[in-house]
Amino acid sequence: MTLDLTAQRGTPLPQQRFTWREIAGALPISKLDDDAFTRVRVILMNGIMSDALRFKHIANRLDGSLRVPLAEVRRVEQHMQTMINWLLPADQSPIETTIGYEQVAIEVTASVAQHEPDPYMAQLYRFGLLEDFDHLYRYSALLDRLEGKDANNILQSYTDIRPGRPTEVEHRAPVDDVRRHYDRKTAQPITRLHAITLFAGEYQTHDYYMHVGPLFSDPIARMLYAEIASIEEQHVTQYESMSDPTETLLEKWLLHEAAEVYNFWGCVQSESNKRLKAIWERFLDYELGQLAYVREIFERVEKRDAFSVLPRTLPTPIDYSSQRKFVRDVLEKEVNFRAVGTEIVPLAAEKPGSPSVRYREHINSEGSPSQIVAANYQWRPGGELIEQAAVQATVH
Amino acid sequence: MKTPNETGMNRTGIKTSPIDSRATEAGAEEGEPTSIGGESLMAAVRLELAQQADAVGSMPPPASLKGVAKSAMTVLKGESPTLLLNLLGERLAFERTGVRLYEAVIDKLPAFAADGGSARPTVADLRAIQEDELRHVDVVRRAIETLGGDPTAMTPAADLGGVSMSGVLQVACDPRAQLADSLHALLTAELVDNDGWELLIQLARGLGQEEIAQSFAQARDQEHLHLVRIRAWVMSQVMREAGVEESATLPAAT
Repeated sequence: MTLDLTAQRGTPLPQQRFTWREIAGALPISKLDDDAFTRVRVILMNGIMSDALRFKHIANRLDGSLRVPLAEVRRVEQHMQTMINWLLPADQSPIETTIGYEQVAIEVTASVAQHEPDPYMAQLYRFGLLEDFDHLYRYSALLDRLEGKDANNILQSYTDIRPGRPTEVEHRAPVDDVRRHYDRKTAQPITRLHAITLFAGEYQTHDYYMHVGPLFSDPIARMLYAEIASIEEQHVTQYESMSDPTETLLEKWLLHEAAEVYNFWGCVQSESNKRLKAIWERFLDYELGQLAYVREIFERVEKRDAFSVLPRTLPTPIDYSSQRKFVRDVLEKEVNFRAVGTEIVPLAAEKPGSPSVRYREHINSEGSPSQIVAANYQWRPGGELIEQAAVQATVH
Repeated sequence: MKTPNETGMNRTGIKTSPIDSRATEAGAEEGEPTSIGGESLMAAVRLELAQQADAVGSMPPPASLKGVAKSAMTVLKGESPTLLLNLLGERLAFERTGVRLYEAVIDKLPAFAADGGSARPTVADLRAIQEDELRHVDVVRRAIETLGGDPTAMTPAADLGGVSMSGVLQVACDPRAQLADSLHALLTAELVDNDGWELLIQLARGLGQEEIAQSFAQARDQEHLHLVRIRAWVMSQVMREAGVEESATLPAAT
């Protein structure tokens, strides 16, 4: 099944309206009963909408002629994002939400990596994937050792909890985080939509960790959030640099709207919660309306067909299911990879004294929070205390 | 309305998906930790920071000349007047939050009407307790002013007490928290509150503030009754839902 963008006009922008009850009065999803992939979709779509707003604010600073149309679309998207983010329940603690964020980063990136036709871009996704995979392990150790809780209550056995590329070695000099970009003239549409999806997701993860990190009283929790937020900043740098800087501002806006349509469409097709499915359907129609609105501006200002930039039909959506096998394969083959300049290289290619090695040696010189929190940590069902308690009971 | 004790679609445990969970367990066993030392590494950082850290804040200077005089007199006796003021500040904050906490449960109470039975609290029952909490706000405010303190200041103990209470308040305000959950939140608060008043009375007496100690006695007795009543309602809710007969009778309201 696909969606023909040339035939869709969606909900006209003036009809995209909300009340406060709709925006923030709906009951949240159930942390206990809803499928983990429902939470994954909520978190990802919050990230997509958060980047929709971010992009439009930057555009607002760069182009005075677009300020009113940008503000029109942004107002609707502000309320769409709120409605999505407010679906997260209050009984989900900040660390539990963090576990959800990392599950998004792992499962969504793994799906994207497998569908990405550009081999260089696919390599970058696999590279980032193994780093987020490690973050999940570190945060799971924190959740267990700080709150006595089991990360698998959130993950629902879809995602492995084990070390990836150790966070300690993910710290790189900025020069080793910038990547080559796709070529706007030759890149397939899915390559461009993937890049937007990933930098939106990583950006919100960075912002979330920066926001919740100081809410913790525990010193290691504060330090771990600081350490992993720094890697998320590196990931935003990596994924953002995939985007061709010669795309015009309007071209980027058009593509961002298309990425929003693409992602809501993927949610509609996979959602198991009927109430949420109705929200995704409504927002798909809203995004189609926004895309039509921007298409008109693009064609009027740039005097070229919007479909010279956009795909006529939407490519394969993100696969919202466990990507365990793929992740394990990548882990086995690529865990020791490093980045040097724009390239992903085997471990031996990172030379002693190189900018990243020197950077890492200094920043880790007083200890690495991610190594401290997970020292000897191996996930066990129910958390490590269940086994410890059973052993203690046997001894006494 | 779905109740939390009905069987539903809870997916959190490993038995939800035996195949997936076996894979997760196998994956975790395969993955070797990248650092050794266990929880002792976290403990060392916690200790180091605790040794370096100052308190969350300090007590404000005395608010009036009278306060300065009183402080000076008490200090001469080798005692700590600010300790009492710090704890009074905590009690004042706790009672204020307590009024809001009861309000949150009272507002939702009609939503739980269907399960009936004489053992559940009525709005009037909870309102009576809430009014006591409001009276206690004034009792503590007067005590703070008597000692020359500023009842509008947030003392360090009030601040951390607020952090402790934040989870209780979250449960009480959650539309999805049922009557038993909400009563459990109130019970948590009342247990702490009872000890808080007892501690203040002992401390005030020890510092020679007999008048303040006496003014708190009624509050302590009322708090004790709150605890007895909430505890009984919690017990009754659980037993009735489980179909178990209760042995204890409920205490009457005063």
